[in-house]
Amino acid sequence: MADSIRLHYDVSGTDFTLAGAASSDVKRTLKQLGISPDAIRNVAIAMYEGEINMVIHAGGGEIDVEITENDIRMVLEDHGPGIENVELAMKEGYSTAPDNIRSLGFGAGMGLPNIKKYTDDFRIETQLGVGTKLILKVNI
Amino acid sequence: MNINDIKEILGAEVICRTDLLETTVNAACGSDMMSDVLAFVKEQAVLLTGLVNPQVVRTAEMMDMHCIVFVRGKRPNLEMIEMAEDRDMVMLCTDLEMFTSCGKLYSAGLRGGSGK
Repeated sequence: MADSIRLHYDVSGTDFTLAGAASSDVKRTLKQLGISPDAIRNVAIAMYEGEINMVIHAGGGEIDVEITENDIRMVLEDHGPGIENVELAMKEGYSTAPDNIRSLGFGAGMGLPNIKKYTDDFRIETQLGVGTKLILKVNI
Repeated sequence: MNINDIKEILGAEVICRTDLLETTVNAACGSDMMSDVLAFVKEQAVLLTGLVNPQVVRTAEMMDMHCIVFVRGKRPNLEMIEMAEDRDMVMLCTDLEMFTSCGKLYSAGLRGGSGK
């Protein structure tokens, strides 16, 4: 792959049933490119959790994906409320999601820990009242 | 074990993709929390759940699973069925509850994944 491939997605914050559509598309693209199944799964899970987080907590956002020869980089940015305590949010089992989200199968407090677990590089920038940005990388 | 064996063991109804019933499956996971499925499941092919919404199909898709079993008589809606068909996933429905379904499949040799 000589040049990198860039993909951009606007994630709707109003339709929960559509959450994951961007991750699904990226997964399909990576498959077509012949990327290894392990790397594809890591990207898919990390991005899907991030996408779900955007919908649950932030009213949607934007995702940019760059596929290079050596890695897959993802930037997930929202303009939601921001995360008050990142350290706490990174703990498995800690969640601020409301009960209606739990009834949908999410909000178990595994989102951010899962994203970290499945990526080789994980950075989070967040500011209260401004939003949250995840900068992720999965090596191929 | 293949998906048809699961259908027989659980007395389940096939909702879609009968053409894939011969697919071999080695491990399964039972949960209503999709984040737990995403956290702990690796190399697992079957998801047993009592949750009914499109994110069940998406979660199974991200994990490369081949079969979703809805327990406790739950049934997927048309949108979910179309998503599963499109993603080469078999959907089964059983009236058995989660614990009983998992127990029967475990007794028949199906195992959970390796955990973390």
